[in-house]
Amino acid sequence: MATTSRPTGQQRAFAERTGRSLGRRRVTNAVMLGIMYVAAFAATLPLVFILVHLAREGASSLDLAFFTRMPKPVGETGGGMANAITGTLILIAIAAAIGLPIGIGAGLHLAEQRGTRLANAVRFLSDVLNGLPSIVMGIFAWQVLVRPIGHFSALAGGIALGVMMIPLVTRTTEEMIRLVPTSLREAALALGYARWRTSLSIVLRTALPGIVTGALVAVARIAGETAPLIFTAFGNQFWSTALDQPMAALPLQIYSYATSPFDDWHRLAWAGALVLIALVLIISLVARFATRSRFTAGHD
Amino acid sequence: MTSLIMPPAPPVAPPPADAPESASVAPAVRVAVRQLDAYYGANRTVRGVSLDFLDAQVTAIIGPSGCGKSTLLRCLNRMHETIIGARTEGEVMLDGDDIYARGVNPIEVRRRIGMVFQRPTPFPTMSIRDNVAAGFQSLGRRAPDRRTIDEIVEKSLVQAALWNEVKDRLRESATGLSGGQQQRLCIARALATSPRVLLLDEPTASLDPISTQKVEELLYELRGSVTVVIVTHNMQQAARVSDRTAFMLMGDLVEVSPTRKLFTAPEDSRTEAYITGRFG
Amino acid sequence: MGSTSIEGASSADRWYRIITTACALSIPLLLGFIALQVFVGAWPAFEKFGLSFLTGSTWDVGAGEFGAAPMIYGTVVSSVLALVLATPLALGVAIFLSEFAPPWLRQPVAFLVDLLAAIPSVVYGLWGIFVLLPVLREDVMPFLATTLGLGNTPLFSGPAYGNSMLAASVILAIMILPYISAVAREVLMAVPRAQREAALALGATRWEMIRDAVVPYARSGIIGGIILGLGRALGETMAVTMLIGNRAELSASLFAPGYTLASVIANEFAEASTEFHTAALMACGAVLLVVTLMVNMIARWLVGRVAREGR
Ligand SMILES: Nc1ncnc2c1ncn2[C@@H]1O[C@H](COP(=O)(O)OP(=O)(O)OP(=O)(O)O)[C@@H](O)[C@H]1O
Ligand SMILES: [Mg+2]
Repeated sequence: MATTSRPTGQQRAFAERTGRSLGRRRVTNAVMLGIMYVAAFAATLPLVFILVHLAREGASSLDLAFFTRMPKPVGETGGGMANAITGTLILIAIAAAIGLPIGIGAGLHLAEQRGTRLANAVRFLSDVLNGLPSIVMGIFAWQVLVRPIGHFSALAGGIALGVMMIPLVTRTTEEMIRLVPTSLREAALALGYARWRTSLSIVLRTALPGIVTGALVAVARIAGETAPLIFTAFGNQFWSTALDQPMAALPLQIYSYATSPFDDWHRLAWAGALVLIALVLIISLVARFATRSRFTAGHD
Repeated sequence: MTSLIMPPAPPVAPPPADAPESASVAPAVRVAVRQLDAYYGANRTVRGVSLDFLDAQVTAIIGPSGCGKSTLLRCLNRMHETIIGARTEGEVMLDGDDIYARGVNPIEVRRRIGMVFQRPTPFPTMSIRDNVAAGFQSLGRRAPDRRTIDEIVEKSLVQAALWNEVKDRLRESATGLSGGQQQRLCIARALATSPRVLLLDEPTASLDPISTQKVEELLYELRGSVTVVIVTHNMQQAARVSDRTAFMLMGDLVEVSPTRKLFTAPEDSRTEAYITGRFG
Repeated sequence: MGSTSIEGASSADRWYRIITTACALSIPLLLGFIALQVFVGAWPAFEKFGLSFLTGSTWDVGAGEFGAAPMIYGTVVSSVLALVLATPLALGVAIFLSEFAPPWLRQPVAFLVDLLAAIPSVVYGLWGIFVLLPVLREDVMPFLATTLGLGNTPLFSGPAYGNSMLAASVILAIMILPYISAVAREVLMAVPRAQREAALALGATRWEMIRDAVVPYARSGIIGGIILGLGRALGETMAVTMLIGNRAELSASLFAPGYTLASVIANEFAEASTEFHTAALMACGAVLLVVTLMVNMIARWLVGRVAREGR
């Protein structure tokens, strides 16, 4: 913990200040404190507005039919988003099937080969990949998986989401594995465990609760993604679970209903948004809860 | 210097303690170290050490911090090489076979040699029973059946003087045990696979006096059945539990003698300086 | 290095090593593959229009003429304006949470701000269309133009439709706020205690300590966080597409509709029927990719520097 403080500029600043009256400095302090409180309040305001409005608009149009029925054509009232909800779950499953194994494998590598040039480069580039706009992921998946095949498909959408998951899962896996003490790994090796068995059945298992949390956070993040799906999964007005065909998804349906001119569809868009947010929030809350119980469990 | 808890140090040491060690006849050599060098990168931290660990005896390794005790110990079961950039030169013979020879699987070596670390390392995801049985998990089809394992678990826990304290909670998590209990659990885990050699790296450094005493008693019990090598900072402890003591300084092995001789009439002046507290 | 790991003797271990290394390698490879594919798809447009793709201001699908200047302009202006709106608030929240907040308030506020980041973009868009746009159209825009009399300046001139650069910037500001404040908070918390105590010992008030000792120490990390927010804003798609008006015109007024690189792709890609239209849209994606890559690398480097110094 060797800290290099930077006294010169700092001390000069304080020296100047001694010239000023203490009262004025106190007032400045109080004013700035007030401003901070206002900023914190203002920053949470949009969230409250959004959630309140969403609950009001969404709840009034949400009913059982929303979960069990298919969308109705323009002009007919009612209908639901059964296909879109199913589609979103399928897309999440495809994404997780790609993102979790690759992300966990890469995270294991980063944690175990700490400090090598490859690990440092991969860590940096995974942050960069994480920062790529999701729409770019969409055109990539289109170029590779839709254009050559000739039609939209759920698989292309799921893969685009899966690629987005990889860097998220990689970084949490690495961080969680780093929390596992080296002594545990050594104890297993000294017992005659092979390296792979040590990594998987001792280290990874010990870190598992944290990794599950990270995976849930990643799922919550991709569950609401729309941009990578517009020209991959594309959306579908009908019931379809075929992976090589266009598939409906909750975010896509919300997008197309919200930008339509029909009041009835607007209401459905709000209901869809409420369901989507509920899905995302529940996943986030479960993740938060999982983390908390992990830390308490270790101590008693 | 000799302890009040334990009988005077070397009850099994051969009477002609002053004879050169190569002449010792009775106990067989279990582990023979020959011209061993250990490196961290370019750093040579163990320098040309040659040393015999005798069967059914306790050998203590002492020396100032950083002199290479742990490194030497970790070379005996090929744990040293698990650190990135670490390597060894020279020979370590286990019952006459060089464990560093080509084609030797380090996993097999480690299975035959138990190791206990300074801090207790129970596996937090496993129950107490599974912790003790952990050494069998990697055996796959070669592992004994459940019943046999349960018997071995009990025997090992008894041996480690822990059975009475945990026999009613074998299914509970091992993280619920106290530090001293955890350390004895780790010793039981190391003993479960019936290793020929047990390596201990400052096993009592993080324990309270009572737990320390229990571990020392346990080592005393083990004498006669297992070859024990213990690294310790505590010279009283070395005197209490060991038959022979090796003194290391800056990577060199300075002297190895029967414990009583090393502490009363050391051959090397550096040993004398260390045990009388003039440096280290 | 040169670790001649005898460990790898067992073939299961070798496979384990190969598999995890392959997973790790897949990240740089994917990144390269993504960039390659996007550029391959964009190539016909770059080949045909050359540099004028970046400078041309006409985007006419019917005539087959594609100049992305309005989109580049819209992307930059909406993101920068969002940054200007979000940064003070985000830093305020971060400083509040790391320095001032009483413990009972810290957790809930941090949680709410984090939740802001969890809301999907399309939901922001929905809320923007039905709540934000009417407020902007009926209250904010008339207030800026008439009450404050800014209507004559080019920045605030023209009719107030609602769908506009301003609307996109406001929603972007709300969306990137949690990212900036999360990074800033992390960096502020990494400032060593000694740094704070030294300032207090010299007789500074809390605010003076923050201004003169804490913030300067964390400065490059905070700037990194802001640039990270910029990277998010540049590539943000759905909410912007739903609010910006989607018109490829260069206009100085924030009240006028606009277009961004991301929103033109979201809006037109699925319907693009000619090869050049598709290629031009992919070229927009390529430009976006290069810009966000650079922005992200700079940001990571800055944030990493503070983390390294803080240790
Ligand atoms: N992982 C490592 N990488 C590089 N050098 C190391 C590593 N571990 C130990 N060393 C160095 O090797 C030398 C011997 O270390 P070792 O741990 O064997 O000493 P020790 O005698 O066990 O000391 P202590 O009594 O403090 O445990 C020390 O100088 C140490 O700095
Ligand atoms: Mg040591």
